[in-house]
Amino acid sequence: MTRPEDRPPAGAPLDPLGRTVLTANDIRRCLRRIAHEILEHNKGAADLVLLGIPSRGVELAERLGHILADVEGCPAVPVGALDITMHRDDLRSQPTRAPMRTVIPAGGIDDKIVVLVDDVLYSGRTIRAALDALADLGRPRAVRLAVLIDRGHRELPIRADHVGKNLPTSHAEKVQVRLRGFDSGEDVVRIASGAGR
Amino acid sequence: MTRHLLSSADLSRRDVETILDTAASMHDVQRREVKKLPTLRGRTIINFFFEDSTRTRSSFEIAGKWMSADTINLSAKGSSTSKGESLRDSVQTINAMAVDALVIRHNQSGACRQVAGWVAASVINAGDGTHEHPTQALLDAYTLRSRIGALDGTHVAIVGDLTHSRVFRSNVITLRTLGARVTVVAPPTLMPAGIAAWSQRDGFETSWDLDAVLADDPPDAVMMLRVQRERMSGGFFPTAREYTVGYGLTRPRLATLLASRPDAVVMHPGPMNRGLEISADAAESGASIILDQVSGGLAVRMAVLYHLLAGEESE
Repeated sequence: MTRPEDRPPAGAPLDPLGRTVLTANDIRRCLRRIAHEILEHNKGAADLVLLGIPSRGVELAERLGHILADVEGCPAVPVGALDITMHRDDLRSQPTRAPMRTVIPAGGIDDKIVVLVDDVLYSGRTIRAALDALADLGRPRAVRLAVLIDRGHRELPIRADHVGKNLPTSHAEKVQVRLRGFDSGEDVVRIASGAGR
Repeated sequence: MTRHLLSSADLSRRDVETILDTAASMHDVQRREVKKLPTLRGRTIINFFFEDSTRTRSSFEIAGKWMSADTINLSAKGSSTSKGESLRDSVQTINAMAVDALVIRHNQSGACRQVAGWVAASVINAGDGTHEHPTQALLDAYTLRSRIGALDGTHVAIVGDLTHSRVFRSNVITLRTLGARVTVVAPPTLMPAGIAAWSQRDGFETSWDLDAVLADDPPDAVMMLRVQRERMSGGFFPTAREYTVGYGLTRPRLATLLASRPDAVVMHPGPMNRGLEISADAAESGASIILDQVSGGLAVRMAVLYHLLAGEESE
């Protein structure tokens, strides 16, 4: 029943043959720019709710929340977590894994501007599942998507509104994101050639 | 974990913890306005109950429905069983309809394991005779864990009709798997045969004296078992009154326990015989988590169905 998950757990070793594409400073700059883009697009922080997609999307959403409050000088922007495990379309082709908690901020999401936050955008299937999960929880006024890495290869008509870095990859390559606070060690994004994700 | 859930002993500590963690996420779903997940869409679950049940059957049914599976209930009364069809023929008939899971309750110990050998569907034991009731043990562990945290070193007393209790058998296994300390208490006539060797092997204590346990080694949780009159043919105790005096959770006994362990909790798998093994005061007191057990049961059954049915097509 419990077998290795497709997303590496916190602290999984990095492929030593990979190359670094974003350093800790790059990631910090990406997040600041995304935060400014969100504020610019939304004309302020009013009605914003950030929902991170576990695992690393939640860490990114929390960081974005701090930056938004800092830049805008407003009280904290509500941050939550949206687990999509039960909405995946590939459940039958994989071993099951324990879902993470979904945490919706106290104000709910009805009539809010929800920004979904994830680390890597790939096929788009995770975001499809997230949109379905969101529909069961309420009716946001708008839903936007912010990702740290867009690695291409979309299989569904989905695109990100805010992208940290566009990273052209081949299917064979692996994008490894490590975030301080969630993983051990420093923030880094690396790309490694390896079989599958 | 295999594709069946027949005994609590089939589950490793990691399996149990995965199910309980999943149940915690499922519990959140119960608080939502839209209580529906698409996870088991297109799956068919049959609840085949050869014995009466309120909470187990309804919670399996609701759990399946909330995960978008099609659930159908069958009971012995009203099925071909009452015309004399054998268990084997009944379940093979159901199996021929390409169902994905069979949730079975039967009055014969070991019936579920036998059925698992006859059918392609996943078989979930919802109570077989006096043998096991694994989802009850999981929901008890879940409810306890939500109330008092990790169960390592927690002392749980299981009190009452041990001989006829499948809840006790599954609970001992699961609680020990999670590192809890267990003391079982019953009158000598309701202690199962061979319990001495068994308690030594599985590492739990036995006692004939409830008051001594409450006084000398106050437990963090007391699980009162139902006196199962429908399974009793002989005289296991002289009168109901005498049973209550020796082994019922009465108001004074609960007060004694709470005096030394203010955070202690009272559990009962239901249905309760109020005034026999548990007093109405104890069942309604702030220490009682009996209704939490029911809502936890729903979350745990969703988690079990998810882990058995949602993953890879079994080989």
